Amino acid sequence: MPGSEAVKSNKPEFWDIDQDVDDNKSFILKPPEPELVMDYEVEARNYAKAGKASTDIKLTLKKLGVDPVILRKAAIACYEAEINVVAHSKGGKIFAYIYDDRVLIKLVDDGPGIKNIDQAMLPGFSTADELAREMGFGAGLGLPNIKKNCDAMYITSSLGSNTILAFIIFFTPPES
Amino acid sequence: MAVYLNQFIEAIDGKLLTSDIKLDQVKITDGYVSDLLSDVMGSAKEDQVWITIMKHLNSVAVASLANIPCIVFAKGIKPDPNVIEKAIEEQVTLISSDLPSFQIAGKLYMLLQKSG
Repeated sequence: MPGSEAVKSNKPEFWDIDQDVDDNKSFILKPPEPELVMDYEVEARNYAKAGKASTDIKLTLKKLGVDPVILRKAAIACYEAEINVVAHSKGGKIFAYIYDDRVLIKLVDDGPGIKNIDQAMLPGFSTADELAREMGFGAGLGLPNIKKNCDAMYITSSLGSNTILAFIIFFTPPES
Repeated sequence: MAVYLNQFIEAIDGKLLTSDIKLDQVKITDGYVSDLLSDVMGSAKEDQVWITIMKHLNSVAVASLANIPCIVFAKGIKPDPNVIEKAIEEQVTLISSDLPSFQIAGKLYMLLQKSG
């Protein structure tokens, strides 16, 4: 199928929109027709509902027979991303595009945007509010955890606009 | 190095909040102590017992998504019934102990050491 020849990276990658072009990036920016699409609304500040989308996506991947180690990586990355939308945005959507060799997870929120992406990627840096911290989040580990658990990652945002985060997880672990 | 959940519960004088599992068949080989959910997701390993004071619904979600089979609430903390319900649904075992996290972790460490 188109795109399945994309090179697997040994390390997750972080791109700003204008930087390096490679197979994973073009896959993320112009995803081919997936086998299955799932989409979910994510409500801002609704911590009771947070995790529903991630749990559902995990269960679907599990049913498809995805390796447990990969499954855990996908679940953690997806949940962190979902929590980011709950904690920081005005609400948004999660899409999971499932292919025979990978899942592409994309989150699009309604703003308010990230002022400095490089800073947001630093472990320990957080702009989380009191509520997020009370809930046990806001340690500044969300984006770093996503990066750690995926094979390729793309994020674009600026203050005053929305944030788009997308990442790929291959079902076969890359050669180490 | 492994102990069974029933031995561990006895050592920390814990109360089982969920049911439906065979305690003498659930093996524990390690533990993780943290109250930051992202830290747990980033650093806890699969099949570790998680010792915490975070009793919100999100703790169950984290345990379930990160394949953590058992949460121990320290300092006698007990979550709300809806959290317990969710844990049963997600097959996460919840235990409450009056001991602080440090002592619970210490007791587990001793048990694991003794088990050779």
